[in-house]
This record gives sequence, structure tokens and C-alpha cells, in this order.
Amino acid sequence: MKEKGRKVKEKVEEKVERRTIAVLVDNESGVLARVIGLFSGRGYNIDSLTVAEVDPKEQLSRITITTSGTPMILEQIKAQLDRLVPIHKVSDLTEGPHVARELALIKVTGTGEQRVESLRIADIFRARVVDSALDSFVFEMTGTTEKLNAFISLMEPLGLADVSRTGVVAIARGAGSL
Amino acid sequence: MASERLNGSQVLLKALVAQGVEVIFGYPGGAVLPIYDELFQQNSLRHILVRQEAGAVHAAEGYARSTGRVGVVLVTSGPGATNVVTGLTDALMDSIPVVCLTGQVPTHLIGNDAFQEADTTGITRPCTKHNYLVKKPGDLARIVHEAFYVAKSGRPGPVVVDLPKDILQDPCPYLPPSRAPHRSYRPRLEGDPERMEQAIDLMLAAKRPVFYCGGGVINSGPKACRLLTRLVRMTGYPCTNTVMGLGCFPASDKQFLGMLGMHGTYEANLAMYHCDVMINIGARFDDRVTGRLSEFSPNSTKIHVDIDPSSINKNVPVDVAIIGDAGRVLRDMIKLWQAKRKQPDGKALKAWWKQIDEWRARDCLSYEYSDEVIKPQYALQRLYALTKGRDVYLTTEVGQHQMWAAQFYKFEEPNRWMTSGGLGTMGYGLPAAMGVQIAHPDALVIDVAGEASILMNIQEMSTIAQYRLPVKVFILNNEYMGMVRQWQEMLYGGRYSESYVDSLPDFVKLAEAFGAVGLRATKPKDVDDVIKEMIDTDRAVIADIVVDKKENCYPMIPAGAAHCEMLLGPEDKAEKPDSEDGMVLV
Ligand SMILES: Cc1ncc(C[n+]2csc(CCOP(=O)(O)OP(=O)(O)O)c2C)c(N)n1
Ligand SMILES: [Mg+2]
Repeated sequence: MKEKGRKVKEKVEEKVERRTIAVLVDNESGVLARVIGLFSGRGYNIDSLTVAEVDPKEQLSRITITTSGTPMILEQIKAQLDRLVPIHKVSDLTEGPHVARELALIKVTGTGEQRVESLRIADIFRARVVDSALDSFVFEMTGTTEKLNAFISLMEPLGLADVSRTGVVAIARGAGSL
Repeated sequence: MASERLNGSQVLLKALVAQGVEVIFGYPGGAVLPIYDELFQQNSLRHILVRQEAGAVHAAEGYARSTGRVGVVLVTSGPGATNVVTGLTDALMDSIPVVCLTGQVPTHLIGNDAFQEADTTGITRPCTKHNYLVKKPGDLARIVHEAFYVAKSGRPGPVVVDLPKDILQDPCPYLPPSRAPHRSYRPRLEGDPERMEQAIDLMLAAKRPVFYCGGGVINSGPKACRLLTRLVRMTGYPCTNTVMGLGCFPASDKQFLGMLGMHGTYEANLAMYHCDVMINIGARFDDRVTGRLSEFSPNSTKIHVDIDPSSINKNVPVDVAIIGDAGRVLRDMIKLWQAKRKQPDGKALKAWWKQIDEWRARDCLSYEYSDEVIKPQYALQRLYALTKGRDVYLTTEVGQHQMWAAQFYKFEEPNRWMTSGGLGTMGYGLPAAMGVQIAHPDALVIDVAGEASILMNIQEMSTIAQYRLPVKVFILNNEYMGMVRQWQEMLYGGRYSESYVDSLPDFVKLAEAFGAVGLRATKPKDVDDVIKEMIDTDRAVIADIVVDKKENCYPMIPAGAAHCEMLLGPEDKAEKPDSEDGMVLV
């Protein structure tokens, strides 16, 4: 972190928090590079980042970023994002009730008892089998980051071979929109 | 209109004219030949041919800063574009409105490592406020208009428009500037009334207040500077300026404390340290201003007016943040102050001024005069004395001479002082002076320079000759990268590693080689005559002022020290900084 040597009046302020930030942007080339460049250039963390077009008519994309930092840094991140010209809106979803989900594809290889066990656990976690071969499964699973983590770590001793995750997408609860 | 078939270059120039552009600083090359061909065939736009693209951006910055208008640059693809990176970064750091047009290889060749191809939008993304690659003829006019809007609105900054050659040659539709608000970029200009009221209440209750004002006031315009002056005078409070803010409040005013920060005055820095209410208007708590953050103005309530929300709480947490344009906020604050019909605490204020006057009495800018060798401070004092009252603009390079100029030259008005504050770019001053002189042909434009810095863009003397610009270069020649030498003396045991500038040119002959007049002063008694001759010469002049080689710039807050740990002169020894905060600073 680039925070080295930076001292703030109140020590409590130093506490690192995790945030999920939704950003509405023009779907134009370079916009993702602007966002990522902002984070790397200023030494902010990106824990995950997802992006896709959400309004083809208005050509708007939505970026969901999970990040962490002290309250002062988090305020900076939001202000710095808001300053980018093609950004329409920055919203800190963590400030209110929201739903956050991630999707993962998880490949587990093995035969015999291990294979049966992985299937049993997948069933408990409501992971779906989307590909199956004699010696492998690909599970699809949606849930919170924590739930995915838990499932993946259970798969580890059972022949975990490959993981692909989308990163978090999130939306505020209730009727309001971004 | 419909019958008028324009190509991209014609549309570009038409859009520039519609934006009120009169001058372009540029350098041609393959990718922009279509534009140069159109420039040849018109009379509305004046093109100034620089000698290196870096000079074009600094010239545009000087032009912009001395006029309040957008500076325009035109360069070719590849090396033309990479040469402007320093200038763009400089303009970004100092919030200067610049539109830089770069040529690009034809659309179908982009990504092929074509001749003189560079990923210009990629390279300039972090050093511009925004940048564009024009991909379709239909986008060209809109993007050019938008570039000007983005460059000058909100917190100003540099904008790059990358122009593939095919777009410049092919038929292209023209669109006039749009009146519709921008899709996504709408900076907030009006201050929040409640916060402003809060600020005024705090100000009225203050016992030891200080105004701390920066380039934001100047960027807001001369009117904002007048409003600031009014508010400061209405309150009777002291006012200090950042290096970027010099001129936003008249330096001769008795409420002015001088510049603050690393080489600021004793009274300004101590007022910041001891104040109970700080009113920051358009400044950004830069590390050169704050010194050690944990010790920065430890007991004050802080009010911060800034047009850029990301400046708030970036380095220093503040108590009342007002987002808005300095001029509009000042207008409202004056109204609120008057409506309160209250007076500040006269007794407390009197005591505060008494304290400030004691600090002032230390006379922190004093230096030891010598009959034998020219002290750089003396040269600047004489420069000020002999030029004040004239229509004068000052630019500087970077180093000790820059700080001495900031300390000794008094600015009564905004837009008269152009220096590279944020980036500290050696080589800024000469091309900047050139841009200023283009905008103000009859003014006295002086670049206060160091002998090392001036060599960084010395080629622009040729541009100055071509356009017969009477720019004056006032070199404080100490044969050292003085500022580097000073740090080496104070922090690195006097090991002057590579800071001696060997094999310097003879600046008098150099001037002559460029068709300018060369002058030299080696003794204090020569200084006045050289300055007078420089002023009276109606051509470009290089004045080589041979100054004391070992003079240091004081006062100084060593990097990482606090405002109250200022060194006033060589007798104050710099301690090793007691924390890493300072050592990591540059
Ligand atoms: C482009 C660039 N390179 C390096 C520096 C680092 N630097 C800051 S001041 C300075 C010395 C400047 O020397 P000179 O122009 O002679 O000015 P003086 O300090 O002697 O007045 C240097 C090398 C810089 N600011 N800019
Ligand atoms: Mg020097």
C-alpha cells in the first residue's frame, strides 16, 4: 500500500474496511483501463472487479468493484472514480442493504469414493453439475464469496483441479436503482 | 451547409475556431500533414512553430495561465506524442486547461506497430484529465467541442484528442458546439448553503484565523480573486498563498503573510501552525505545504473550499468541506458574512496580529548582502524594484531561483506568475514565457531561470527569435543545480554528487547565436545596469547573472519536519528527520 508514512489524527481511522462499489459508466473503449489505472496508479486495492453492459440503449456498463482500505482511502476511491469523465454514478453498496453474489465453475477430478463425496457435498451446497466425465466434474455454483470459498476449500482434498470465478456482482435491496 | 463537403482536418479547424481558439503551438509530422495543409490555407488560426514538442505544451500552459483561456497544442503521432507527456503531466498537476491534438496512424493500421505509431491514449491516460481517440468521422466535431468543455470546466486540466490520419483526410460532418449538458461530467459549482453558513459561523467565532489560498482561486478567474480580496479585507484576517496561488491576493496588502510551505515565510507557516480556524480556498494540502502531516496545524478547525471533491480529506481531514467554484462560494460567503451583522472577536484578533507581527519582525527573508559577489536574493530584489508597476509577467524554471522568485517578487494581480508548482518541471519557464508573450505581445515577460534548467528547453530561443518575441531570460547562474546541492549539503554530508554543472555554455554568446542580446553581471554594482538594459532592449535578452555558488534558500522546513521546525538560516542546523515521512519525500 502507498499509505506508508501517512499519519491521520485519529488512530481509529486507520481501520481497514471492505466495500462493494457499483459504478455506472459509458460503454466505450478505454473506460475499464481508466478505472483499473486509477486503482493501480494510486495504490488502491482491487479484490475483485466485474463489468458488463447493462443498458444497450444508453450504452451503459456497470462495474462492480470490491475493495478495501481505511475510511479516508475509501472516500478517496469514490471521489477519484466520480471524477473520471465517462463515469455517470458511483455508489457504495456497503452503505445500505444489498445483495452480493458470485458465480464459480469448479473442476474436480477423481474416481471412486472421492468422486462420490464431492458430488454429495455439491448437493448440500446446491452446486449444479454442468459437465461430467468418467474422472471429473465441473460444478457451477452461485452464492456469496464466503460460501464459494467454503465449497472450494472442501473440494481441495477431493481433487480440486481448476477454478474460475466471476468476482462479485451486487445490487441494492428494495425498489431503488443506481 | 449541406453542400459544403469538408474533410476531417477542415472540420477540426472549424471546431477550433468555433471554440474561440486563436493560437496553436505545434510541430508537424506525417500523421498531421493534412491538418498542416489546411492551416496553410486559412487565416483564422495562428500557428506557432516550436522547436521541440515539450516546448509546445509549456507554451500553451503559459498562454493559458496568463489569459485564463484554453491553450492548444498540435503534434504528430509517435515521437510527437511521447514528447508531450511531461507537459501534459505538468498541466494535470497544476490544473491548467490545455487541449492537445495528436496525430495517429490511420485507423486500419492501429495496433500494427506502424511507423510512428504509439498508443497515445494509453500513454496519456494517467497524465490527462481525459483523452479521446477519434474512431469515426461522425465523432470528430463532437469530441473536439467536448475536449474544450472538459479542459476548462470544473477543475481544469489537459485533454488529448488522438486523430488517425484517415479521419483527417476523409469526408466528415461538422457539428456546432452542443448546448446540451454533458452526459456524465457535470462538476458542481455552487456551494452547499448550510456548509457555507457553518463556515461563516466558525470564521466569526475564530480567535486565530488564517486564510490559506491556492491556484483554485486563480483558476476561478480574476473576479474570484477580487471577491477573495474583499472577503479577506472584510474579516481583517491574515492571508497566505501557495506557490500556485500567488497573485490571488495582493502581496502589498498588510494582511498578506507571503507564501507558505517548505520555503514559505516564517509568519505564514507559524500562523498555519498556531491558527484555530483555517480557511482553505482552492488549495490542496500538498506535502510541500503541510510538512509532516501529524504536526500540521494541530489545533485548528479546517474549512476547505474546492471544486474537486477528491481534494477533500485526501491528505488532511477537514471539518467543513464546501464543494464548488471558488468565485461562487466566495460570493455567497461575503453575503452570509454581511447578513450576520456580527463582528469577529476584536480583542482576540488584535492579540493574534500582535503575535504575527512578532513573527514578521524576524524578517525571515533577510540575507547577508555582499559587495563582492551577487547574492541571488539581491538580484531578484533589484529585478522587482526595477520592474514593478510595469505590465510584467514572470515565469520560472525549477530550483532555488524559483523559490527566491516566489519569495521576493510581489504579485498584486492573478495570472502574472507562471511556475511549475506540482510537477516541478525544469525547462518549463522558457517555453511558458514564450506562450505568455504570444498572448501579451507588449508586456514585459521574464523567465527567472537557473543555468541548469534553462538548458532543458533552450532550443525554444529559436522559436523566440522566429516570432521576434522580446522574452527576457534572467539566469541566476550559480553553476550548480542549486536546489540539489542544498539538499546534499543539508542531508547527504556535503557530497555534491553530480550537482555541479560543468562545461556550461557562454550564455552571452549563446544569446547572440540565437539572435538575442546577451548581458552579464558579475558584481553587485552591475546588477541594476544589466536589469535596466534588459528592460530597455526591445528584443529577446539572456541576462547571465553570476551569483554566489553556495547560497542556500531559506527559510526551509526540511522535508518531513513540521511548520514549527523551520530553519531560518545557515545558523539553524538541520536535524536528521525524526521519522521516515520526510526521508521518502523528494
Ligand atoms: C526535469 C527535471 N529533472 C530533474 C529535476 C530535479 N531538480 C530539481 S531542482 C534541480 C536543480 C536546478 O538547477 P538550476 O536550474 O541551476 O536552479 P538552481 O537551483 O541552481 O537555482 C534539479 C535537478 C527537476 N525538477 N526537473
Ligand atoms: Mg543553478
